[in-house]
Amino acid sequence: MAEINIRDVRKSYGRTQILHGVDLDFKSGEFVVILGPSGCGKSTLLRMIAGLEEISAGEISIDGRVVNDLEPRDRGCSMVFQNYALYPHMNVAANIGYALKVAGVPRAERQRRIAETARIVGLEDFLDRKPAQLSGGQRQRVAMGRAIIREPKVFLFDEPLSNLDAKLRVQMRVEIRRLHKRLSATSVFVTHDQVEAMTLADRLIVMNKGHVEQVGTPLEIYHRPRTRFVGSFIGSPAMNFFESTVAADGNFVLLDGIRVAIDAALGSANAGNAVAIGIRPEHCRLITAGTANSIPAVVDFVEELGAGRIVHVEIDGQDFAVAMDEGQLWEAGSTVGLQLPAQHIHLFSLETGLRLDDVPSLKRTMKTTVAA
Amino acid sequence: MSGPSYFLVYDRNAGPVDLMNKRAVFKSWWLPMAFALPQLLLIFFFFYWPATSVLTWAFSLEPAFGGVGERLFVGWDNFRDVFADTEYWRSVSLSLFFAFSATALSMFIAFVLAICVDRQLKGSGLFRFFYIWPYAIAAPAVGLAFRFIFAPESGLIAVVNTWSPDLWNPAKFGSHAMILVIVCFAWKWIGYNFIFMTAGLQSIPRSLIEASAMDGSGPVRRAFDLQIPLLAPTLFFLLVLNLTESFVGPDTYGIVDLTTEGGPNKSTDVMVYRIVSEAFRGLNYSGAAAQSLVLIALIMLFTFIQFRYVERRVHYK
Ligand SMILES: Nc1ncnc2c1ncn2[C@@H]1O[C@H](COP(=O)(O)OP(=O)(O)OP(=O)(O)O)[C@@H](O)[C@H]1O
Ligand SMILES: [Mg+2]
Repeated sequence: MAEINIRDVRKSYGRTQILHGVDLDFKSGEFVVILGPSGCGKSTLLRMIAGLEEISAGEISIDGRVVNDLEPRDRGCSMVFQNYALYPHMNVAANIGYALKVAGVPRAERQRRIAETARIVGLEDFLDRKPAQLSGGQRQRVAMGRAIIREPKVFLFDEPLSNLDAKLRVQMRVEIRRLHKRLSATSVFVTHDQVEAMTLADRLIVMNKGHVEQVGTPLEIYHRPRTRFVGSFIGSPAMNFFESTVAADGNFVLLDGIRVAIDAALGSANAGNAVAIGIRPEHCRLITAGTANSIPAVVDFVEELGAGRIVHVEIDGQDFAVAMDEGQLWEAGSTVGLQLPAQHIHLFSLETGLRLDDVPSLKRTMKTTVAA
Repeated sequence: MSGPSYFLVYDRNAGPVDLMNKRAVFKSWWLPMAFALPQLLLIFFFFYWPATSVLTWAFSLEPAFGGVGERLFVGWDNFRDVFADTEYWRSVSLSLFFAFSATALSMFIAFVLAICVDRQLKGSGLFRFFYIWPYAIAAPAVGLAFRFIFAPESGLIAVVNTWSPDLWNPAKFGSHAMILVIVCFAWKWIGYNFIFMTAGLQSIPRSLIEASAMDGSGPVRRAFDLQIPLLAPTLFFLLVLNLTESFVGPDTYGIVDLTTEGGPNKSTDVMVYRIVSEAFRGLNYSGAAAQSLVLIALIMLFTFIQFRYVERRVHYK
């Protein structure tokens, strides 16, 4: 259990800067997930916490102690690597117990703790095997065992599940969550898989190009993306975007001459400004063409998912995805009406990509979504 | 060989000929001979001929007072003479001592350097470049250079003799001479060992090293627990090579010849040097040939033991 504070941390390789001033605070015992596209600097940040990468500028402290100049072993973190990084010449027991051996823990005590750890990660029957003789999932467990046996203050995970098949990934996800409940050490988990991120996180950090885009609970981030990037990155299928202009009263935007109600009071100051409208496919509705307040659209094609379907419609040559559960079948080529519920519309600045609506409406939307 | 050409790979009527069984057959006999000749000549003059001479010399003796020009076949007599000579046995033990010490020193230093370069300490790129150079220098040149450096009265080392006389004098003390040749050999071979060890270390995934750092091990612990076991195949290969090279290699001869000439008092008279000096200075061809054969047998035994018993304990991933 430890608090981690990251203050204006930067990383550069030569002249290229990879992280541009990251400020984050992880609470004690929290499960934090860092999510972002490939190359955004998630691993770099994690490795700086671990002590595997030098901190170019700024400060990282664990439990109130600045760790910038501490060796990895003195930071009280353990880490699970993406490729597991098991010692190929040692068997499972030796792999799990290596940290204790280095620490000089007496043999008997070591044996006891290896056995206990093996039980926790379900590897009792494999203690004599070499890593090469294990399946991917079992290797993953060894890596977990090696991390937990030291009873660290902080767990660091760098995409530990990305080498597993889909089914095993779900299973291991649940196990990691369970393990966290049991050990309640502060955990930082890096991934680029949003499902993993949403399901695991107490708090989610979305990064892009070396910046932190948003910090919040998974629900906050899903419902109130702070930037256009976060909106487009979270959610599958991805959020629909189109450009539009704010109407004179600041309350409506004009979409191809059709007024679409929005829930946020933008104020008349914004009248005439171009904005980006975002709406998630699962929040759009398709109704019969010509209904009031609906946008005419043509069905392009339909993707069947089994549990539901994604209908792609076209407005003015722009693709627009609508996710729906089973129900009415929409024929390709038919004209339909597209409804965009006001409370689900997100507005972003075209220039900065920042969210435009005001704070009071945040609370309201949050309430409605929680109620829903 | 004349007649139809077998040279074609593509037959216009039959289409492409099975490429797996494709064979290029030369039309004439002289062209392939011309290609092979240089290599054949080399092998003949520098391997088969000397090898057969050594065999015949080893089992024969030139009549003491010259004469008919015929050599006498004497069976194992030459070997008996060699084995009866205590000087010979001293040379064997000197050779063994030299081989093991030089190998150990060279491999140890190379390993330490390789680890330092692998940790990417400051300036390691430059050093990686320089460490490799010594191997490119011919052994006699190394010997000559070290002779100047370690000359007790005028070399760089001469300063130690001003602290206390005869602190360093390889011309007088056998142990100093032995140290000198060991250092020369090790110095020359460090570069070679270093290349292989660096390559081997680089093939160990970075994340393994990082995982062990997270597990709390420092550089020395890591070397013993991770790098040496994972590098074992490379280390074994280098061990065999270093031992054989220092035991019988031309480098050993070159270095001894130019630094100590086997002395003082034959204290660096290793087997290779002894054979050459007996043959060409003592003109005892038969004795030298017999010793050569014993040396060859010893190398075979060495290599056999290493592969049989050491390699088994080496992990191949
Ligand atoms: N040693 C290095 N030298 C120069 N640039 C580097 C180095 N290591 C990483 N980078 C760059 O830093 C950026 C961030 O890398 P990082 O590994 O943190 O990405 P990531 O977010 O973990 O991506 P992924 O999801 O693909 O693992 C990348 O653009 C990468 O090219
Ligand atoms: Mg990464």
